[in-house]
Amino acid sequence: MSHAIQFDQLRLPGEAEELRLEVRAFLADEIASGGFDPAASVLRGGFDRAFSRRVGARGWIGMTWPKRYGGGERSFLERYVVTEEFRVANAPTGAHFTADRQSGPVLLKYAPEHIKNDVLPRITRGECCFCIGMSEPNSGSDLFAASTRATPTAGGYLVSGTKLWTSNAHNADYMIGLFRTSPPTAENRRHGLTQFLVDLSRSGITINPVRNMAGRHEFNEVVFDDLFIPDDHVLGEVDGAWKQATSELAYERSGPERFLETFYVLPELVRVLGGDPDTRGAEGIGRLVAQLHALRRMSVSVAGMLEAGKEPVLEGSIVKDLGTVWEQELPARARDLAAFVDAAPGNRATFDELLEFATVIAPKLTIQGGTTEVLRGIIARGLGLR
Amino acid sequence: MSDSLLLDTTTRIFEDLCDPRTVNAARDGKWKDTLWEALEGSGLTLAWVPEEHGGAGAGLADGFEVLAVSGRFAVPVPLAETLLAGWLLAQAGLSCPVGPMTVAPSRLRDTVTVRGDGTLAGKAAAIPFAAAANTLVVLADRDGAATVVRVDRSECTIRTSQGFRDDGRDLVELDGARPVELAPLGPGLGSDCLALMGATVRAVQIGGALEAILALATDYARERVAFERTISRFQAVQHNLARLAGETAAAVAAAGSAADTVATGTGGDDALFLEAASAKVRAGEAAGTGAAIAHQVHGAIGFTEEHVLHRFTRRLWAWRDDFGSESEWAVRLGRFVAAAGADDLWPLLASR
Repeated sequence: MSHAIQFDQLRLPGEAEELRLEVRAFLADEIASGGFDPAASVLRGGFDRAFSRRVGARGWIGMTWPKRYGGGERSFLERYVVTEEFRVANAPTGAHFTADRQSGPVLLKYAPEHIKNDVLPRITRGECCFCIGMSEPNSGSDLFAASTRATPTAGGYLVSGTKLWTSNAHNADYMIGLFRTSPPTAENRRHGLTQFLVDLSRSGITINPVRNMAGRHEFNEVVFDDLFIPDDHVLGEVDGAWKQATSELAYERSGPERFLETFYVLPELVRVLGGDPDTRGAEGIGRLVAQLHALRRMSVSVAGMLEAGKEPVLEGSIVKDLGTVWEQELPARARDLAAFVDAAPGNRATFDELLEFATVIAPKLTIQGGTTEVLRGIIARGLGLR
Repeated sequence: MSDSLLLDTTTRIFEDLCDPRTVNAARDGKWKDTLWEALEGSGLTLAWVPEEHGGAGAGLADGFEVLAVSGRFAVPVPLAETLLAGWLLAQAGLSCPVGPMTVAPSRLRDTVTVRGDGTLAGKAAAIPFAAAANTLVVLADRDGAATVVRVDRSECTIRTSQGFRDDGRDLVELDGARPVELAPLGPGLGSDCLALMGATVRAVQIGGALEAILALATDYARERVAFERTISRFQAVQHNLARLAGETAAAVAAAGSAADTVATGTGGDDALFLEAASAKVRAGEAAGTGAAIAHQVHGAIGFTEEHVLHRFTRRLWAWRDDFGSESEWAVRLGRFVAAAGADDLWPLLASR
C-alpha cells in the first residue's frame, strides 16, 4: 500500500506448535507441583529466581542466541510461542524476561567478546537478572533529555546522576544504562548519549524503592555517585546510542506481552458469564475475542517479519499502540459486562479480585515502554506526517 | 503482494477504467458498461468458477487479492458479488452464466426456502446490486438441506432502496420465483457457508478501502494549509491519522488471516468460524472508526459530492452491514466461546 504498512501473512510453523505442547506440559507440571501459583503471580508479583533457573534448564531463555553463548539457535517464532504461553499461564518470569527480550540481544550486538562469554551463558541459565536504566526524573518520554553523566577517567568512566522508574533494579544483577557522555549538538539533539553495561554489585550505587499505587515495590530510584565503569563496558558507539535504539524497538514493542498483561481477566469473565450468556454478554465477549485475535495475528506477523530479517518498526509501534489500549480497556469492559452477574458469595470472588487488581495496574500499560502519545508520533512519522 | 498475472490485469483495468476521481466526475454511467466488459473479457468475474464450468479457475487466494484491490478502488460494479455467486454455484456443481450476478441472502436472519413445487418462498433484504444483476444465486433451504438456487432476476420482485446511495441494496421478493437450476451444496459445507465466505470477502474489501482512505487523508493533511501551516503539523491531526493507520492495519491483518484460512482450507470448522467472525467484527469496527477519522481530517470538502472520499466511506458503511454486522458476528462468536468454556479460550486463539 502507499504508506508501506505491511503485515505479512504468517502461521506459526510446525516446530513452534510442537514446542507449544512441551511448554504447556512444563507449565502444567509446575502448577501441579507447586512450582508457582498463577493467581499469586498476578496479585503478588512474578519474580522467582528458582523458577527462572528451571526455565533456563529447559533451554527457553535466550533461545534464539548462538549456541556458543548458551543460546539455542532456535527461531524467533519459537520464542514467540514460549513467551505467549508463559504470559497466559501467569508464570513468574520477572527474573529473566528483561534479559531475554532486551538486554541479551543488546549485549550480543554491542558487547566485547569476553563480556558476551561471561554474561550471556548466565542469562540463559536463568541466573542473571537485568534492568533497564533509561528514564530519569526529568527525562521520561523525552529520552534524549537524559542528564546522568558518564565522565571519562583513567580506564573508564565515572557516572553520577539519578535514574527513575527502573523496574526490578532492586533484584537485578546488571543494568543497561543510558548516560550522557557529551552535550547534544545544535544539529542533533539526540547526540551525546551512550549505552553502558552496569554491574549493580559495585559501590557507588544506591537503590531506593518507589512503591506503585498497587502497593507493590517494582520500580526504583537508582542514584549513581561516582560509580566507576570500565571502558570495556561501553556498549556500541560512544555518543551514538540514538542510532542503536530504533531497530530494537520492533522487538520490544510487538510481542505478545504488549496485549496479554491483563489477559487473566478474560477467561474469568467467560467463567462468570457462564455457558449461555445473554445477548449483551455474548456480544461483549465476542468483540473482545475478535479484537484479541486480530492483535495476535498482527503480532505474529511482526514476529515473522523480524525472523525474516526485516525491521518492522512502524508495524511494531502499531501493535503496541492497539495492544496496550486494548489490555488497558479490558478490565473496564469486563466490569461492565459482569455488572448483572449474581453477586452470591463465592460466585465471582476470583473474578472480582483479579478485576480489581487489573483496574489498579491498568494506568501503567499505556505509559511503560513508550507512551501512547509517543507511539502515535512514531506512527505519524512513518506516515510521512512529520 | 502477489505477482500473479490476474492481479496485474485487475489493477490495470481499475486504474484505466474506474479511477475514483474520473468516475466521480463522470456525467453518465457509460463507464460502467466499459468497465464491466473489460472485467468480464479478462475472465475476472468468473475467477472462482472452475474451468469446466466456463470460469477462469483461479485460486481463492488470487481472488481475495483482486478483491482487496477492488476495495482500494471502491469498485462500483458487482465484481465481488459475481465472484461470490460463481463460487456458490461451483459449490453445488452448477454451471455458471455470463453477466453480472449477485447472491442472497446477505442478512443473517433472512431465509429463503424451496417449496414442494420447486418454486421459491421468502425474501432477502439489502441485496447488493440486485437491480443490476442478471442472475441471483440463492442459498436456500429445501426440506432441511442447504441448496444452491440459480434464478433469473426477472423472476423476482425488486424493491430498490435509497440506503447508502451506492451499488443498490435492494429488497428481493422471491415468492413464486422459478429457478433455472438448483442442486444441494457439496459435502463439507453447511448452511452458513455463504455467511462465512461473504463476511470474509467484505472484510477484505473493507481493508482495501481503509488503505485508500488512509492514503487520501494523509495526502490531504500534507497539502491543506490552516493557521499558516499544513494541518499534518498539528499533533491532534497526526494522532487521529495514527489511529486510522492502526484501524487499517487491524482490518487488513484480520481480513488477510481469514482469507488465508478460507483459501488454504486449514484448521477445520472452528478455525474458519473464529477467523471469519473475527475478521468481520474487527474490519467492521475499523470501517466505522476509520471513516469517521478520514472525514474529520478532510473537513467540509470531504462532505461534498465532488470529493472522492464518499465513494469509499459510503461503501465501508454498507459493507460492514453485509453478511452480518459486527454485533451479529460478535454475538455468535461470544456464544461459541462461552459454550466451549473459559479454559478453551486460549487454546482456540493460539490454534491460529
